[in-house]
Amino acid sequence: MAENIQKGNSKIAKLLQQLLFLLGIVVLWQLLYFVGVDVLEFWKPYAMPSPAGVWKSLLRLIENGSLFAAIGNSLLRGMIGFAISVVIGTLLGFLMEHFKFLHQNMRPLVMGIQTLPSVCWVPFSILWFGLSEQAIIFVVVMGSAFSIAIATDNAIRNVPPIYQKAALTMGANQKQIYRKVILHACLPELISGLKQGWSFAWRALMSGEVMTTCIGLGQTLITGRNLADINQVMLVMIIIVLVGILIDQLFFRSLERSIYRKRGLL
Amino acid sequence: MSLQLRNITKTFQDSGQDAVRNVDLEIADGEFVCVVGKSGCGKSTLLNLIAGLEKPTAGEILLDGAPITGPGADRVVMFQEHALFPWLNVIQNVKFGMEIAGLPKQEQEEKAMKYLRLMQLEEYRDYAVHQLSGGMRQRVALARALTLDSKILLMDEPFSALDKQTSNRLRAELQDIWMKTRRTIFFITHSVEEAVYLADRVIVLSSGANSVQDIVPIELERPRHVYDNAFVEYRHRILDEVQKEL
Ligand SMILES: Nc1ncnc2c1ncn2[C@@H]1O[C@H](COP(=O)(O)OP(=O)(O)O)[C@@H](O)[C@H]1O
Ligand SMILES: [Mg+2]
Repeated sequence: MAENIQKGNSKIAKLLQQLLFLLGIVVLWQLLYFVGVDVLEFWKPYAMPSPAGVWKSLLRLIENGSLFAAIGNSLLRGMIGFAISVVIGTLLGFLMEHFKFLHQNMRPLVMGIQTLPSVCWVPFSILWFGLSEQAIIFVVVMGSAFSIAIATDNAIRNVPPIYQKAALTMGANQKQIYRKVILHACLPELISGLKQGWSFAWRALMSGEVMTTCIGLGQTLITGRNLADINQVMLVMIIIVLVGILIDQLFFRSLERSIYRKRGLL
Repeated sequence: MSLQLRNITKTFQDSGQDAVRNVDLEIADGEFVCVVGKSGCGKSTLLNLIAGLEKPTAGEILLDGAPITGPGADRVVMFQEHALFPWLNVIQNVKFGMEIAGLPKQEQEEKAMKYLRLMQLEEYRDYAVHQLSGGMRQRVALARALTLDSKILLMDEPFSALDKQTSNRLRAELQDIWMKTRRTIFFITHSVEEAVYLADRVIVLSSGANSVQDIVPIELERPRHVYDNAFVEYRHRILDEVQKEL
């Protein structure tokens, strides 16, 4: 009990420390801006964002409603793309694990494609789909499906053989082995793979969005550039990081934790 | 007569090694057979062949007259590591085999509880696997194996990863269970003492031209006591057998 409270306290202390550190950086940043732009006039104001300027941008974009529209649109698009990736990726991964032929011949190809930065898919995608929603979603899928496929293949392959042996000698057939053993046994590693897939999807989404004209965070970023508004550019960059982290922590991390805890792996 | 091995040889393709050589063996219904021998002499391979997890290179294995073609619930295996599923709790683990067999839920529950009670684990029915000690895990694994009423129970050094005290207690429990149920058991161990304590017959494997070096019937009353003169005599005799091997 006392230990738990202490643990809780140290957790809060750690969080507080991180917050203070961030605050310190913001203060330092504002100071740098003040000295470099206002006092020494070393930088032009339009070339240097400041915390105050970013804050003003935030209020403006909230007020005219474009910020939440952008976040909502990007999230929705990202999730649709990610969902398609999960279906394609896990299926492909499963097939690569199941058929030796595919594992030997398809996997190197998939690994190769996976190293391609997702922005490289943008020209191809625009030629196929024009400057459209589909074009962005295509880039997201290409950016994350292959990493999910590799992760699925690995996750299944890393299931300790003893689980399958035990199930086999209890009379399980191949279908039951997959449904009742492998699916569960590979889950922790699979979730980690999906988590990584999400981070690829989110990055690919931004590559896609900055190249097209659909409402979204990427587009808001480009608008900022077109208006030469560096504070807006900075703001959107920060928001992109925050949304990415939020999904990662809120969804994937807590899912991972609950699975690990249930199995005593934490 | 329940299990017959006819001139079994197993050669592993990748290493070209004869892991098991010319084994002829019959195991009767209700018999408790222990296998001893130095590490690497082919004990686990022999068990895997009977389980159907490996196929013999030559010879055939018959269970009640029918040849073995693959793994099945009539030959449940209990491994050295517990092989319980960490995503299931204790009772779900015990029910696993019965669920595979498609037993009615009610029957699964009753049978699972019956064997958990037999292993004195009924209070632990909802525990996660990682919350149990090593000895408790092996008892859950044994309960899971027993629920299937298999024709033969195959055990590959099930107690050897446990501390001496726990493994001694478990072997006494296993003897108890065997005396009550008279299951056919094929039990591998590296402990000669364990073999003499449990077995009707001890099979000594070697790495010679024939895997089976000797078969020693243990003619001692049960329950057995490790300090009895006759017990010690058997122990020494079999230890000598195991060690004289080239
Ligand atoms: N899957 C396998 N492939 C190749 N060689 C194997 C395999 N399994 C076991 N062996 C070899 O067969 C021999 C017997 O192994 P094993 O049956 O595990 O011995 P034991 O259980 O008596 O220690 C060993 O030399 C081992 O290296
Ligand atoms: Mg072995």
